[in-house]
Amino acid sequence: MDKNKTKIIELIDVCKDFDGVSVVENMNLYVRKGEFITLLGPSGCGKTTTLRMIAGFEMPTGGKILLNGQDISTLPPNKRPVNTVFQKYALFPHLNVFENVAFGLKLQRIEKTYTDKKGKTKTKLEKLPDDVIAEKVKNALEIVDLTGFEKRSVSTLSGGQQQRIAIARAIVNEPEILLLDEPLGALDLKMRKEMQLELKAMHKRLGITFIYVTHDQEEALTMSDTIVVMSDGSIQQIGTPEMIYNEPKNTFVADFIGESNIFSGVMAKDFEVRFCGKAFVCLDKDFEPNEPVDVVVRPEDVKITSPADGQLKGKVTSVIFKGIHYQILVQCGRYEIEIQSTSAPNVGDTVGLTVQPDGIHVMKKKFRVNKFSGVITKRNTVEFGDGEFECDVTQLYPGSRLDEEGYLITAKGEKLDLTDTEVNVEVGLHDITMSDNEDEGGAQGHIISLIYKSEYYRYIVRTENEEDYVLACEDLWNENDRVSLIIPKDKIKLTLKVAEGKKV
Amino acid sequence: MTKARPHFSRKLLAIPYAVFLAIFVIAPLLIIVYYAFTDADGGFTFKNIATFFSGSGSDSFFASAQFKTILQSLFISFMSTLLCLLISYPVAYIIANCKLKNKTWLLMLFIVPTWVNFVLRINALKELLEWIGIYNKSNGWNLFNTILGMVYDFLPFMILPIYTTIIKIDKSYLEAARDLGASGAKSFVKITLPLSKAGIMSGVSMVFLPSMTNYVVSNYMTFNHTKIIGSFIDECFKNDLWNMGSVTALLLLTLMFLMTWATGGFNAQEDANRRGTSLW
Repeated sequence: MDKNKTKIIELIDVCKDFDGVSVVENMNLYVRKGEFITLLGPSGCGKTTTLRMIAGFEMPTGGKILLNGQDISTLPPNKRPVNTVFQKYALFPHLNVFENVAFGLKLQRIEKTYTDKKGKTKTKLEKLPDDVIAEKVKNALEIVDLTGFEKRSVSTLSGGQQQRIAIARAIVNEPEILLLDEPLGALDLKMRKEMQLELKAMHKRLGITFIYVTHDQEEALTMSDTIVVMSDGSIQQIGTPEMIYNEPKNTFVADFIGESNIFSGVMAKDFEVRFCGKAFVCLDKDFEPNEPVDVVVRPEDVKITSPADGQLKGKVTSVIFKGIHYQILVQCGRYEIEIQSTSAPNVGDTVGLTVQPDGIHVMKKKFRVNKFSGVITKRNTVEFGDGEFECDVTQLYPGSRLDEEGYLITAKGEKLDLTDTEVNVEVGLHDITMSDNEDEGGAQGHIISLIYKSEYYRYIVRTENEEDYVLACEDLWNENDRVSLIIPKDKIKLTLKVAEGKKV
Repeated sequence: MTKARPHFSRKLLAIPYAVFLAIFVIAPLLIIVYYAFTDADGGFTFKNIATFFSGSGSDSFFASAQFKTILQSLFISFMSTLLCLLISYPVAYIIANCKLKNKTWLLMLFIVPTWVNFVLRINALKELLEWIGIYNKSNGWNLFNTILGMVYDFLPFMILPIYTTIIKIDKSYLEAARDLGASGAKSFVKITLPLSKAGIMSGVSMVFLPSMTNYVVSNYMTFNHTKIIGSFIDECFKNDLWNMGSVTALLLLTLMFLMTWATGGFNAQEDANRRGTSLW
């Protein structure tokens, strides 16, 4: 990245809600002039909404968008020096290719100063002359390699050609920023690969800032100067493709970009991490002693050796030929490890595995425990996270017990009514189980994310009021499954928010 | 050996429709053509057409009653269509673009009245005009009342096709237009209006052509004072002038055919292509 170039667009604390549902949360991002930046994330992560806010189709519900230092948050799209290439091209069906490309030019007005009869200088707005428009359209069609298509009707063009016309229609206006909303999504694989390279070349030649939205990680890695990985309305990591791939900041990025083995581990000391029951030398330090961490190992960084030489030993369970390499699964005890290699062992072989220190990426665990604010109910259950669970309230006061009427008798013999007491609730990741029986658990929600961590899946379940539960489970569920969450009574850890409860 | 079953072709299903078409469409047309080109004794003649265009007595055709009726008819149709369009387009546009979840209910408000017998509705309108005091006052008022009746009767037939085309316009076209620098008004003129042309055309033909012949409206609204082509034909048949009535009907049919052809009404398929339904 060229640090000297100016910021062309800057998003400051930008938020967007749709009917109370938050789609983009406190987004802070800037784009340098001439940069090719990609917003990458799974569908529903807010990347398209972000793009639409820059284009002006959506107004942010909070925060500011600056263009060259000026606030454009509330400017309508026709007043912004920004053009968009739409996902489905949106070529005007009633206009031919020339008219489509010239659409923006015909609307342009240039200021012209002239001297009138009385000698006063005046300015007036003038249309672009027809020959200028024709010339510009011709140049734009040349750039997209569709010279001579002026008279064609857009419905006679193939998908790839329509795509090019859509690009020509946007760049002909010489915008400061070109926004591209999954522009290659509707093309077949081969065409997509070609267009990726062409777009990158076009970006170099035109020098326009490109902001590109895609859910295709490979596309993002191929084309971008900078990648912004997004999930659930917020930015997970910003960096060059190399940085994002080699140094993922968290397990989401590691899982989303490329293939990866994700393990739960413990940082034994500086430069030593334990996972899969073994100690490994790594390049990371400055963790707390024995801090639980997530460990990411790319499949291509795992080397197969003889069983005697390996740091880990396991049995090959599957070998799949993928063209350039084999995808190999090795079961080491409870852990399943994916390996990419150009040579393949046989299924059933016992092999050794080694990982070099630079192939091990250690990251702080984002979720170690679920924390909620809760309230004790009349029935001595606890309400939190959009649900109600049975709990043991006596843990709030050591040595206390409950009487028959449900009052709490403390060790000192005081009688307390705990109703409406505010408490902090902590639940471990492994203490929550899921069920598809709605009534079985204390709260219900949908699975919004799952990540395979070699011995279990880590799920995030979101309730209707946007409370998130993080849990670990060995069984495979699907994204968007509706589940009910079960937490055993003794696994709910309660602490008082305020020191004292109500006395009776 | 299995017995060969009688072969049932799917084409056989078309037979009832063919019979229906033959009895109720082709046969009546042929009868009209027959009467149009025969005289009272059944002999072949072009005299009926000549009579229609010759006028009565010493007057030329352009001073004849049938010419006045044609002019008046065209005027009424034109005005009714124009008014319908001016009222319907904004209504259809607003309903199509409103953020309500159940737009159909809003649309129903305009459609449900057509479920009430139209003679009844026209009668009610007549009573209303009488109460206001503009019923059968002068020729001007009669013309106005006829147009009012036509608009009242045909409005839903204009709203519906326009609404259908507007609702189908992909919102991304409008966004693209805004993105390329068009203001809200400009993008309406350059995108929405041309893309709803098909709806306007079908609405116009749904209103213009029936307005030429719907003499029930003109008779009720003007106490039989204002004549349109429909009432002229009606009177011919009532007065046993079958040949004259048939020739007028045939001429009207030709006129409608020509108009539909001139406005591109037969290019519905091509229109659908241009509107982008076959784009992807």
